[in-house]
Amino acid sequence: MNLGSLFGRPRSASTAHHRLQVLLKHERRGRPDLIPLLREDILAAIGKHVAVDEDMVRLKIDRGEAVSLLEIEIEIPNDAKQKACA
Amino acid sequence: MAQVVVVTSGKGGVGKTTTTASLGAALAAAGERVAVVDFDVGLRNLDLVMGAERRVVFDLVHVVQGTARLSQALIRDKRIETLFLLAASQTRDKDALSDEGVERVIQELRQSFDWIICDSPAGIERGASLAMRFADLAVVVANPEVSSVRDSDRIIGLLDSTTDKAKRGEQLEKSLLLTRYEPGRVDRGEMLGVDDVLEILCIPLLGIIPESKEVLHASNMGLPVTLNNPASAPARAYADAARRLQGEQVPLTVPSEKATLFSRLLGRRAAA
Repeated sequence: MNLGSLFGRPRSASTAHHRLQVLLKHERRGRPDLIPLLREDILAAIGKHVAVDEDMVRLKIDRGEAVSLLEIEIEIPNDAKQKACA
Repeated sequence: MAQVVVVTSGKGGVGKTTTTASLGAALAAAGERVAVVDFDVGLRNLDLVMGAERRVVFDLVHVVQGTARLSQALIRDKRIETLFLLAASQTRDKDALSDEGVERVIQELRQSFDWIICDSPAGIERGASLAMRFADLAVVVANPEVSSVRDSDRIIGLLDSTTDKAKRGEQLEKSLLLTRYEPGRVDRGEMLGVDDVLEILCIPLLGIIPESKEVLHASNMGLPVTLNNPASAPARAYADAARRLQGEQVPLTVPSEKATLFSRLLGRRAAA
């Protein structure tokens, strides 16, 4: 805690510095196409078993300093699921 | 030997045109022959900042397309006789510039100037890549602000991969000019400091230009700040940066509010 934050003025410069460090570490890796590629592969894998539309697969990514969290949400229609079970 | 410098940033509004005009004027005032070239086709402003907006007849597009000779398009500065401006076209778009045409114009400029300073448009598209393509060195202009630093990082990546020098396997020399720096806010932890930005971008520092009302005054007057008020803090910072470009060792002091207060106490002209 610093003096500034006692008076409700957080030191935003260090937040800015940290955010930039994390972001640029990822951007410099030069793989901006990773998410679309993953999305395609996931769609193809699921498509083998269930009929899903492209917009039924949602990918979210939260880039952290050490690891990134990839969240995959797939909507499977009930009738398609039944077909797959049958 | 002529040096081709690109002034670039990625982000708009950080001070590329102000920097081009000020460094150009400072180098020319030191006796160098300087051509400043506006690559922002369609949104030209270097002519306005340099007070030559009413004197543009032919521009870069005319010379690139061969409808005017370089000597017809170069506008000599009214105050410094070794300073010349090659304006951008205001009515055409960036596709009017061909790579071969720009290369030919740069080669021709190299014959008669010591410095060719290319003012890049914002963004990373054709105009920006043409402005940097034939450069020998790059001045990356950034503000101590997250979006500007991120865009500078991207531009540094492009300078290292898409320029002719990079493609020949040579190292394009790059340096950082940190503009709109507010020492008081840095001291209070409200603004990224010079060390923060240097640690992230990892390129040498050419200079720090403090935030100052003098910059707006100068552009209002159509004069580079180094001519409008040479004693002002931004003018002195630009003059020092120009000397560093020339290879001189000029000590770099990080502006600080304490120093400003101290000089006020001593009754010296305070940094504007």
